[in-house]
Amino acid sequence: MASYPIRIRALLKGDVTSITAIVSHPMETGLRKDDAGKTIPPQYIQVLTVELNGKKVMESHLNTAVSTNPVFNFKIKGAKLGDKIVVNWVDNTGEKGSGETTVIPG
Amino acid sequence: MKYRIAMAAILALTMQAASAQDKPAAAVPAGQKDATTLEFEKFRTQMEQEGNPAELFELQGEEFWKAKRGPKNVALTASCDLGLGVGVVKGAYVQMPRYFADAGKVMDAERRIVWCMVEKQGYKFDDLARRPFAGDNYTPEQTSLVTYVAAQSANMKFAVPLKDPHVREVYEIGKEVVAYRAGPYDFSCNTCHGADGKRIRMQNLPNLGTPQGALSAVLGWPGYRMTGSVMLTHQWRMSDCFRQQRFPQPKYASDTITALLTYMTANANGHMYKGLGIKR
Amino acid sequence: MNVTRRNILKHLGTGGALAALVVSGLMRPIAAFAGQWSKPSFESKDMAAAMKNLDAAAAVDSKDIVLTAPAIAENGAVVPVSVVSNIPNTTRISILVEKNPFPLAGSFEMTEGALPDVGVRLKFSQTSNVRAVVFAGGKAYMTQKEVKVTAGGCGG
Repeated sequence: MASYPIRIRALLKGDVTSITAIVSHPMETGLRKDDAGKTIPPQYIQVLTVELNGKKVMESHLNTAVSTNPVFNFKIKGAKLGDKIVVNWVDNTGEKGSGETTVIPG
Repeated sequence: MKYRIAMAAILALTMQAASAQDKPAAAVPAGQKDATTLEFEKFRTQMEQEGNPAELFELQGEEFWKAKRGPKNVALTASCDLGLGVGVVKGAYVQMPRYFADAGKVMDAERRIVWCMVEKQGYKFDDLARRPFAGDNYTPEQTSLVTYVAAQSANMKFAVPLKDPHVREVYEIGKEVVAYRAGPYDFSCNTCHGADGKRIRMQNLPNLGTPQGALSAVLGWPGYRMTGSVMLTHQWRMSDCFRQQRFPQPKYASDTITALLTYMTANANGHMYKGLGIKR
Repeated sequence: MNVTRRNILKHLGTGGALAALVVSGLMRPIAAFAGQWSKPSFESKDMAAAMKNLDAAAAVDSKDIVLTAPAIAENGAVVPVSVVSNIPNTTRISILVEKNPFPLAGSFEMTEGALPDVGVRLKFSQTSNVRAVVFAGGKAYMTQKEVKVTAGGCGG
């Protein structure tokens, strides 16, 4: 895939919103070799943040151990139906991605 | 190398492999599951529910389905009939394979989508068949399309139209294919999948002749394979079974594969399709 | 961790942009966590060094951390790990995989209403303990469990 698709869900149940973020990303460790025996350079998300209505609620710092096409599950309090959730990430090579969704009933 | 793998597979089957485990697997009676299998299933189901990377391919497939594409610049959503009317995707996956009069054939979902890409959008079949399944950093467009279409049948019951005599005929052929012994090891599908309680190393092998076994073999496809991080279709699974039997590789989107899928899916009729899967 | 400095940084309105600047090396990080991806912590090659670099060398065992991971993983490339902290005022959760080349897998900092409840999927290079470290009220707590990683199986 040329870009880095991202799928985000934010489901409100009671007063807790469950956020799922699925990110298309190779999460290369830098330890693997390609078919020609050449080391594949590392490429992995280092920082991933979650924002609720523009305000940061979660900041994750990540390493190469996170699986390819990573999936994150977070929970937040204080969000209402229709609120905006944004997920931003940046990797060690400077590539960035983001996606957004609105809070829906869970 | 090839032969060593084959021997390992045979040994694993006959010995009910107990390799890296604490408890010997042989003690598990037919039809029951050991603790390891239950642990695998529990966490796989949890991952499917809490976020499946397969959804990324579904997103891609939806784009492909809705966009005008191919030499004829036509959208599948405006031209492709998956059995429930042009452009209708909801519920289509669990009602295939089915007979398509315009093609004069019984077709499974992937085969039908490929047929639409060729007939409606003007793609060349040979191009689509050249590298039909996902590999390192590569996902065929039809795989994403199948993923999108399948996801729109999540939580619906399998309902292959077996009353249609065309479908019935192909179902019966599928039954024969499953029992057909050949190849350098005189294998059939049933050698591994025709009785309860078989396994290959850590993997339980479903008995395709029973509704429960057929169900476990059709659930979870198309699936995101953790090994290699690739999206694979049920067509791929069938094709790979032939490779594992040391048969010649069947032609892509061929009658044989459709027959197998018809047999297996119809055996799971009435059971719920849970949507996109996660595979080992 | 210097809580005061972190709070100041927060008030400056940090976010993805700042993180990006730090990662690309255009700006020196000025706080203990927010905005800074800690190279020494993430590049620590064993558990002891990683814990030290996390300021968690004195972490005490706690039963108020719920760490969930399979006892035996189907595929070491994708092991689901989740951590829930029931310790009041939890501000950060770190997850470490002892036998990995770099044990620290990730740190999650909760601010402004995020609950100390995170799930992530991790690579395990081999059978290993996975450890959850929780930072709350200026102290570090931990719990851990073993995940067996098997090979084998060629089916789908």
